[in-house]
Amino acid sequence: MSAAPDPVVVIGAGLAGLRTADALREQGYTGGLVLVGDEPDPPYDRPPLSKDVLTGRVPVSAADLPIPAGLDARTVLGRAAVRLDRAARTVLLNDGTELRYAGLVVATGAGAAPWPGPRTPGPGVHLLRGRRDAVALRAALLGGGPVLVAGAGFLGCEVASAARSMGLEVTLVARGGTPLESAVGARAGAFMAAVQADAGVDLRTGTAVAALPDRRGRVLLSDGTRVAARTVVLALGARPATDWLRGGGLLLDPKTGALLCDSRGRALDLRGDPVPDIVALGDAAAPPHPCPGPGTPSHLALGHWSGAVDRAAGAAAALLGAPPPREPVVPSFWSDQFGLRLRSVGVPGAADRAEVREHDPVRRRLEVVYLRGGRTVGALTVNRTSRLAGHRREIVRGLPGQEVSTDSGIGVGRQP
Amino acid sequence: MRVGVDRDRCEDHGQCVFAAPGVFSFDDDENLLYDPAPPPGEAGAVAAAAAACPVRAVLVEGAP
Ligand SMILES: Cc1cc2nc3c(=O)[nH]c(=O)nc-3n(C[C@H](O)[C@H](O)[C@H](O)COP(=O)(O)OP(=O)(O)OC[C@H]3O[C@@H](n4cnc5c(N)ncnc54)[C@H](O)[C@@H]3O)c2cc1C
Ligand code: SF4
Repeated sequence: MSAAPDPVVVIGAGLAGLRTADALREQGYTGGLVLVGDEPDPPYDRPPLSKDVLTGRVPVSAADLPIPAGLDARTVLGRAAVRLDRAARTVLLNDGTELRYAGLVVATGAGAAPWPGPRTPGPGVHLLRGRRDAVALRAALLGGGPVLVAGAGFLGCEVASAARSMGLEVTLVARGGTPLESAVGARAGAFMAAVQADAGVDLRTGTAVAALPDRRGRVLLSDGTRVAARTVVLALGARPATDWLRGGGLLLDPKTGALLCDSRGRALDLRGDPVPDIVALGDAAAPPHPCPGPGTPSHLALGHWSGAVDRAAGAAAALLGAPPPREPVVPSFWSDQFGLRLRSVGVPGAADRAEVREHDPVRRRLEVVYLRGGRTVGALTVNRTSRLAGHRREIVRGLPGQEVSTDSGIGVGRQP
Repeated sequence: MRVGVDRDRCEDHGQCVFAAPGVFSFDDDENLLYDPAPPPGEAGAVAAAAAACPVRAVLVEGAP
């Protein structure tokens, strides 16, 4: 028995972990705080890694996250959590240390989806998730093209954009009929396909990488064609980093591996009940679907920067037993590519219909509203951020149990 | 309380407008407008706006 009360232990020293630690202090928590991260580097931000860090417009140090003043946390870097014991309230680290906790924050983020085939990728094949990946990929791009990017989600499109802006030949391989199709649908995807064609990207749609580069550096696509590539980037999605929780008595999404939690961030046990002393947020977590409806999954892991930030105060409050924040969390996402500012709110992927409200190819502007059953569930703008706040209010209005105060424009509905 | 936006950093994320619509807004030409000396009642919303800005472009100085 130790005399000092057990600390709050935060596993994952990234955006979500840091913001939650900060929120605990902001809300008056003065007890012990331990921040554990498996990367040797101090906390950093990921969005610049696929944009200005790749092109060299900013050095990789520009992505460093500031440590908030007064955080007063013991930081353990270069150590991974490998096991959770809920009954003993301990987390085992890979150096054999056992950490006792009074409260636990699961903020382990996600990893890049690996090559699914049998062969192990050799040099010249890159994933992009961490700071070291970005440094390695930038060095490869500096060596010249051609570049093949597998996967035309946001990450793949941003890498294609960076490589094109460095003057490299780029082939972008999209499984769908357009880039970004699964995230924002075919209308917005077609707009981006035109932008990419203008920028000189060789876009291949409806196909996928079938095999890793052969000895002559040629990549076989599932449509039978071969593409020469000096550098291959696999942008195939993200996998929540929750392996260390397996066998820990918490509910993981069988499909994605994300840790399921309630609207306040409390992790669910195997019966689906929230546990009081463990919260989860960021890319590792799947909170309840923000726009629930028939046919939508009950929980949704979105992997957006704002998701980690917007849920930190709520997760801290849940651990401290304080009332939840009053504002509903509305997902939002951005992507900067080909000189365009893509901004989105809500869940475009949950829509049954997309309406194009503005399409101006000359000024390169786009505004799309996503509806389900006639109700706004999402919006996407390109170079038209001014239109988003209005759509966001519409989305909030459609959330169950939300009321909107018209003077402030922000939903103030109470969560249960 | 004084509010500023670092125009070199700002990338039109609009998060400040979501968090503090009484202080930040866009005009129809995509220019970000804001009240540099908002009333004390906006302090919480302004703090949320600063925290939500992905590029840390919202600067807040002084007590509410
Ligand atoms: C290249 C890139 C570009 C992006 N661009 C955008 C963008 O433009 N817009 C946007 O909205 N979002 C973007 N995102 C997504 C955004 O960065 C993430 O949503 C955000 O980083 C999530 O924060 P997190 O703290 O949950 O996870 P992370 O940032 O991944 O942090 C989790 C940390 O936990 C560590 N960890 C994992 N397992 C363990 C363990 N067992 N023990 C200890 N530590 C562990 C990880 O190594 C990592 O350091 C981008 C992501 C990437 C990779
Ligand atoms: S949130 Fe930040 S980047 Fe976005 S408009 Fe406001 S100040 Fe600019």
